[in-house]
Amino acid sequence: MSFVEYSDCIQDGDVAIVYLSHNSVMPVKVQQGAQTQTRYGVIRHSTDLIGQPYGSKVTCSKGGWVYVLHPTPELWTVALPHRTQILYTTDIATITMMLELKPGSIVCESGTGSGSLSHAILRTIAPTGHLHTVEFHQQRAEKVQEEFAEHRVDHLVTVRNQDVCKDGFGVTGVADAIFLDIPSPWEAVGHAKAAMKRQAGGRLCSFSPCIEQVQRTCQALVDQGFEEINTLEVLLRIHDVRTVSLPLPDFGPDCRSDGVEETSPNYAAVSLKTTTPPREIPGHTGYLTFATKPRT
Amino acid sequence: MADNGDEEYRIQQGDYVVLKRGDIFKAVQIVPKKKIIFEKQWFFLDNAVGNLYSTTFEISSGGILQPQKLKETGNPSDLKEAGTDNRNIVDDGKSQKLTRDDIETLKEQGLKGQEIIQQLIENSSTFRDKTEYAQDKYIKKKKKKYENTVTILKPSCRILAMMYHGREPGKICHLRYDTLAQMLTLANIHAHSKVLVFETCAGLVLGSIMERMGGYGSVIQMYPGGGPVRAGVESFGFPAHFHDTLHEFPICHVNALLAGELDTTAKDPTLNLAADEEQIQPEAEQQGSPEEQNMETNAAQDQEKIEKEKRREAKVRPIFAKNVCLIIRLFRRLVIASRFHPCPVLMTLLKFLAPSRPFVVYSQYKETLIECYTKLKEQGGTVNLRLSDTWLRHYQVLPNRTHPVLLMSGGGGYLLSGTTVAMDQSKPAASQRSEEPAPKRQKVKDTEG
Repeated sequence: MSFVEYSDCIQDGDVAIVYLSHNSVMPVKVQQGAQTQTRYGVIRHSTDLIGQPYGSKVTCSKGGWVYVLHPTPELWTVALPHRTQILYTTDIATITMMLELKPGSIVCESGTGSGSLSHAILRTIAPTGHLHTVEFHQQRAEKVQEEFAEHRVDHLVTVRNQDVCKDGFGVTGVADAIFLDIPSPWEAVGHAKAAMKRQAGGRLCSFSPCIEQVQRTCQALVDQGFEEINTLEVLLRIHDVRTVSLPLPDFGPDCRSDGVEETSPNYAAVSLKTTTPPREIPGHTGYLTFATKPRT
Repeated sequence: MADNGDEEYRIQQGDYVVLKRGDIFKAVQIVPKKKIIFEKQWFFLDNAVGNLYSTTFEISSGGILQPQKLKETGNPSDLKEAGTDNRNIVDDGKSQKLTRDDIETLKEQGLKGQEIIQQLIENSSTFRDKTEYAQDKYIKKKKKKYENTVTILKPSCRILAMMYHGREPGKICHLRYDTLAQMLTLANIHAHSKVLVFETCAGLVLGSIMERMGGYGSVIQMYPGGGPVRAGVESFGFPAHFHDTLHEFPICHVNALLAGELDTTAKDPTLNLAADEEQIQPEAEQQGSPEEQNMETNAAQDQEKIEKEKRREAKVRPIFAKNVCLIIRLFRRLVIASRFHPCPVLMTLLKFLAPSRPFVVYSQYKETLIECYTKLKEQGGTVNLRLSDTWLRHYQVLPNRTHPVLLMSGGGGYLLSGTTVAMDQSKPAASQRSEEPAPKRQKVKDTEG
């Protein structure tokens, strides 16, 4: 198992994702002899997990069952323990494409936060790319480094505990793409430019919840000579599939002109399959600002 | 990096590139002495060879490209003279003193875009009265019209997806680029994947998948009719070895494959004929279909294809080598994006997918995916099913003038995504944990709130 390569069977030391139900997943560190509590009962790693194929159904001690899935960055994003507000798959997918990430890309990121986006980037740039990620909070930097090792992706990433606005990313002239998710991204634009490769075409993205931050960032990008500056937002709309039963009105028997009475229809409702939106949806995560670096 | 080590950043003869002006893109190949038409201007790309990608060129007379000098500094409106509001500006269409003929003359004299705009400003009776913002807007508009520059870009999924969506959405089933982005991530496409693709999006989806795989792993394209359409893939300009990872398989033999009855050893004596037909087929697809694919055209094309396929029914092509079949049995991701009804496609192709693997289906229409969702729930074997679409909005960000852009995309299609799990052999489907609340009784309101 690793987050960048599939394997068929669960092994000791893997991180697996236990799927309990829709919207309920939890990560599990598989260990010989260990047990995991779930609301459906206990999962015994040695008998229920190790050696079983990923995707198997596991019956827990109380009789309920769960599925054990191979980890992916998308499942990790939903399952991971939050240390900060994280980026969700919708934004991550947009960022990945708009930054033109692919195997071999060299990427710089700050702040690392809880590592949600980091895992997705690593998956995309493997096996030949590298991620330089900067986090100014020491405990978070250490925690995320641990997780990268556990998830067997640490060979693809370098974590630096420093302030990107003061000290930059720790590399110069190598990055194909930069991602900024910090309170004052305009202060890091200069460092971002220095970290990027000299040739034109490098891509930059800044994620900010507030429009004022976006305005200042765009101004900084213009000042630093970036091109194709573009701000957008992406929102996910979920459609819940439902069978809905709608009653038909009874207007009384249908009287025809020739005096023959027709009986009212003998079905009182129509059933149809449709979708309904959830009652509340995330209406805003943040504005995504993209830009292209010209040749320097 | 020293200059002499950056060949990969330089435009070469034969490269597939994308031309760009503003928000307009066009994919072309660098061919010597070939006249290219882009945005009502024609020019030759010969001079581009040897320059770096992302260089902006000016189109001078005779259609010769010249690299643009460093950004011309200084706004034409350095005058600083501006009004406060538009209460006295009357739009009678007479404020510009230059006629269309005058402007043509200026163009013929070889005046650059910047200089023409300067002339327009000087000959406008109302320019001085406009507010600074209005002046900015005016200049931007004129730049868009009179600029004669073109930028040459290296192709990428992002650029090609935006291009297809802007130019020929009908060819890609109206798949918007952010929806494509979601597909690539939800299907967990990455290096060393083994992906099964069924798409009729001119090869854009296939090319995007190949870009994300970086030449590692393998992709099998299942295709309807005579041959796979790959024009979109060409535009990506992949290195030759990427094509080693690409295989194809015609869907008309899928059932045989599932039943284990596929004859993989028969040789095709008419190989040449088959190859020719395969080449003709993709071109016919492009020329035949209008900008907006309508149902009649589809039916006609399909009919043609069915006939061609019948003629070939008896001949089994050598492509059915044993290793292709082996790959199909082992594949790990499923991506579907086509004009075909997704339900039968999904239900059949899911059989090839191992457990704990992601799949994504795109459809322009929600109803088809509702059907897929329902069938999958009945059958079992999948979790995390999600029917979604994305809402995309662009913003204009300027000091004191920040707001969402006036027009936005009305829709980008729908996605159904999920993960496979071990199929439940023993229990009947009804006992599967239902994620759908039971239909409510008539007395209770059906909608919340």
